[in-house]
Amino acid sequence: MTDTTTTTEAVPDLVTPTWEYAPAPQARDLVDIASSYGLFIGGEFVDPIDGGSFKTVSPSSEEVLAEVAEAGSEDIDRAVGAARKAHGTWTGLSPAERGKYLYRLARIIQERARELAVLETLDNGKPIKETRDVDLPLVAAHFFYYAGWADKLQWAGFGPDPQPVGVAGQIIPWNFPLLMLAWKIAPALACGNTVVLKPAETTPLTALAFADVCRQADLPPGVVNIVTGAGETGRHLVEHDGIDKVAFTGSTEVGKEIQRTLAGTEKRLTLELGGKAANVIFEDAPIDQAVEGIVNGIFFNQGHVCCAGSRLLVQESVHDAVVERLKRRIGTLRLGDPLDKNTDIGAINSSQQLSKITELVASGRDEGADAWQPACDIPDKGWWFPPTVFTNVSQSSRIAREEIFGPVLSVLTFRTPDEAIEKANNTPYGLSAGVWTEKGSRILWMAQRLRAGVVWANTFNRFDPTSPFGGYKESGFGREGGRHGLEPYLRTGGQA
Amino acid sequence: MSRLDVKKTYKLFIGGSFPRSESGRSYEATTPAGDFLANAALASRKDARDAVVAARKAVPGWSGATAYNRGQVLYRVAEMLEGRRDQFAAEVAAGEGVAEDAASAQVDAAIDRWVWHAGWSDKFSQIDGAANPIAGPYFNFSVPEPTGVVAAFAPQGSSLLGFVSVVAPIVVSGNTVVVVASEERPLPAMSLAEVLATSDVPGGVVNILTGSVDELAPHLAAHMDVNAIDLTGLAGRDTTDLEREAAENVKRVVRPPAEEPSWEQVADPRRILRFTETKTVWHPMGI
Amino acid sequence: MSLPTEHRAATGPIAGDLADATSSETALRRFLLGLPGVDQVGVEERAADLATRSIKKDSKLQALDLAVRMTDLTTLEGQDTPGKVRALCTKARRPDPSDPDVPPVAAVCVYPDLVEVAAGELEGTGIHVASVATGFPSGRTTLEVKVADTEAAVASGADEVDMVIDRGAFLAGRYGQVFDEIVRVKDACGSAHLKVILETGELATYDNVRRASWLALLAGADFIKTSTGKVQPASTRPVTLVMLEAVRDFHEITGERRGVKSAGGIRTAKDAIRYLVLVHEIAGPEWLTPDLYRFGASSLLNDLLMQRSKQLTGRYAGRDYFTID
Repeated sequence: MTDTTTTTEAVPDLVTPTWEYAPAPQARDLVDIASSYGLFIGGEFVDPIDGGSFKTVSPSSEEVLAEVAEAGSEDIDRAVGAARKAHGTWTGLSPAERGKYLYRLARIIQERARELAVLETLDNGKPIKETRDVDLPLVAAHFFYYAGWADKLQWAGFGPDPQPVGVAGQIIPWNFPLLMLAWKIAPALACGNTVVLKPAETTPLTALAFADVCRQADLPPGVVNIVTGAGETGRHLVEHDGIDKVAFTGSTEVGKEIQRTLAGTEKRLTLELGGKAANVIFEDAPIDQAVEGIVNGIFFNQGHVCCAGSRLLVQESVHDAVVERLKRRIGTLRLGDPLDKNTDIGAINSSQQLSKITELVASGRDEGADAWQPACDIPDKGWWFPPTVFTNVSQSSRIAREEIFGPVLSVLTFRTPDEAIEKANNTPYGLSAGVWTEKGSRILWMAQRLRAGVVWANTFNRFDPTSPFGGYKESGFGREGGRHGLEPYLRTGGQA
Repeated sequence: MSRLDVKKTYKLFIGGSFPRSESGRSYEATTPAGDFLANAALASRKDARDAVVAARKAVPGWSGATAYNRGQVLYRVAEMLEGRRDQFAAEVAAGEGVAEDAASAQVDAAIDRWVWHAGWSDKFSQIDGAANPIAGPYFNFSVPEPTGVVAAFAPQGSSLLGFVSVVAPIVVSGNTVVVVASEERPLPAMSLAEVLATSDVPGGVVNILTGSVDELAPHLAAHMDVNAIDLTGLAGRDTTDLEREAAENVKRVVRPPAEEPSWEQVADPRRILRFTETKTVWHPMGI
Repeated sequence: MSLPTEHRAATGPIAGDLADATSSETALRRFLLGLPGVDQVGVEERAADLATRSIKKDSKLQALDLAVRMTDLTTLEGQDTPGKVRALCTKARRPDPSDPDVPPVAAVCVYPDLVEVAAGELEGTGIHVASVATGFPSGRTTLEVKVADTEAAVASGADEVDMVIDRGAFLAGRYGQVFDEIVRVKDACGSAHLKVILETGELATYDNVRRASWLALLAGADFIKTSTGKVQPASTRPVTLVMLEAVRDFHEITGERRGVKSAGGIRTAKDAIRYLVLVHEIAGPEWLTPDLYRFGASSLLNDLLMQRSKQLTGRYAGRDYFTID
């Protein structure tokens, strides 16, 4: 006989033991932040000619970390000139020597990994656990990987005599500042290009620290130039006649603008833009790992991830069980001081981003979806948003269609594999997707049909320098990582 | 007594059918010297729209077909074309104003180009795909997949070989195409449609429009259900506006060359890859 | 087969009626094979991630004391003697003679023939006497012997019995046989608590660990225990994680909390604290009690004491200041 009405527990109530983890802050004195920074052009820090300056702020405390130069059009001109001048030097080196510079950069990054991790956490607001265990190891690995390509390009499958494109203008976002720098600079340099890179205005510090890494590596002046600034600075860079290639990671809106700007020119372009990834959970999924994958998919880096699994598509038969487990798991996430080694969820990168998240979450509520948030203390200072799960979300809801770029999950259901595919692909984006099932043939069936550049099966948000990354449709074009990541930086000749 | 020729009516090729332009318009196709050859359909933006719909509808079947099957279909096109090489030689000679020998050579090259591409159907993913050595317990592979619906402009000069050299690399990977034939030399392309229609090429995989590039191009460039646009056929033209329109849904754009290349030279498989997307799949390895 | 406790119906991936699960061999098999799979890479990554938790200051001291209280101080050697067991019992009562604040351990764990010695030494202390039984460690003997082994241990004064499952039967898919054996041994235990050793090192996959955990819980195990300590690998954190998920899910369905014991290979305080983080974050804080979580260990205890001393004095401890028993 089964008692379906039991409410009392078989075990008498225990006095619930408490075990609070004491604060475990990562020492901050590893980093030495200057009060102000110039532009890194031609191997040295210079004051802007026609630009101004702006402050970069710690998102978790709103403390001003440093004053940073804002490059104007003349500064961009100077930086592109320095890169052009250095291009001769750089391509004059043997490919093997260029590769050795990249190996040096990789090694110095490994040596200074903790310092750079702390700096990233301070400037970005993401937890030290992630900068230490994810960002920095991947940054070093990326340089290490592309270092080895420098003298093997003729074997890379892009024709017998691939040549560098020239000077690359690169614009990166604030969500993985140093990692995105690595994704841009490592392949560009390996292929013999020189670069002018603009970090995001809210997270310039690790790029500026990278300038110091270049100094330690004795990289020839002008091979890497770092110009700080906001959208206007980026526009000057994209429009400059002296650059041969633009590589952009950021919003789809800005990506389209750049594509329009480059229309009719000979500049090459790669775009890595937004996403609204479906994470598809079948009823036979390894459920506990799937819950981990969902959590990792949307709460990793506060959801500030273009490939975040922001749309959870759960087979209706396991919807309640999955959501229940998911909530329990989210209840164990620790939100707070990003420098605390036990923090899982850090600060939202900027007040603008927080406003955008808040606005979209409000729209979700207005549209009738059910919002759930765990009980969690929000620090007084800084910008924060608690992990949020929306259930009862319809496919047409804004929170199911627009990229929120925050720790907000929309849960939808499906009944059959066909329906899962249809819903997963029903978006202008196509960056990533997840699928969870123990059935091998179904994984491959799904992987073949999902219109996304990266498909994580029974895992999510994994990255590796050997693995090509990039989108379908409005998530952009071109690939970063792996052999494919070389192609945007090479002139290959032929009729292609 | 000589017999009066029965002339062919050239129409459009959309979704495997041969409709007239919905606009009811046509224009004169002539020899380079200006002699009348035939009336070609002057396609409208609505024809372009219909062609995109047909192309989209054909994507699942064609991209889902096995590579072997696509190769066989493309080879079948070559077989069918071979059987009609004299007709095409005459048409190319008339339309391009070249001698029969030169025209024949072009037809032969066009046939061989289909054969060449047929062979790539089950090989391009092997030269471009990879098993990536992840630093961890994962199996990870990358494969090129068709991008979807491609809008293309066939070369203006080389009306058959150029056309084939643009279309074959697009469709071999599983894309479908809406292609605007050479504006002034549209006839061989439309005759090729008859070959395609009898070569097991599923309806909608290749859709051919004839007419004004200036009229059709903006609509195709701006179309939100077109994934990529191949401007190769617009050599030497300023395509700035088209490229700007293409940005609205982040189309993959193949820019036009400064001048039309010589299509006789060996093609490059990397042109096939221009219309593919690299998909990377991860899976853990464990027991 | 009979069901030892009453169960509620549940929904979800571990759905269905647990009473049904044990109604026949076929039903049991269907239930166990219907459990959600465990992805090895995912579970190991989760365990590794939780190992980065940094436990400092008060929370560390609290963890060290808790770990001492959760320890089943164990000796399971052919060369064990009454003298050795008596020494161990002394250590169990007062792990650090120089510091009366150190709590006693949870239990002393010995072979059946030495239970009487341990029971005598520990009478009135509140420290449990645990005995391995059922042909430990391989379990390769008849059911009658296993039952007799258990009855003898209990008769000698054991109030906890650590039995081994028949891994051969489990791997051959004879789940009903394994189930029945546990039920029989549980019956022979009387009021003594039953810990069921899965010997996860021989089960090879996490899927098997999950199935064996449920099998034991359904058959009435008070605790599920990783290992005998005689097979490598013994306890690992991912294995413990999977077992903690089982007791957590079992509680969710039945309202009843069962325990987990990690045994073998846990030698350092750092490692023990990582296990406690697993207990805390996977099963929940309710499991942070000796009634629901144990370490089966011997050398671990001294490292806990040394780290405890470091926390209190600020000095790194020396081995010579702690007794080797």
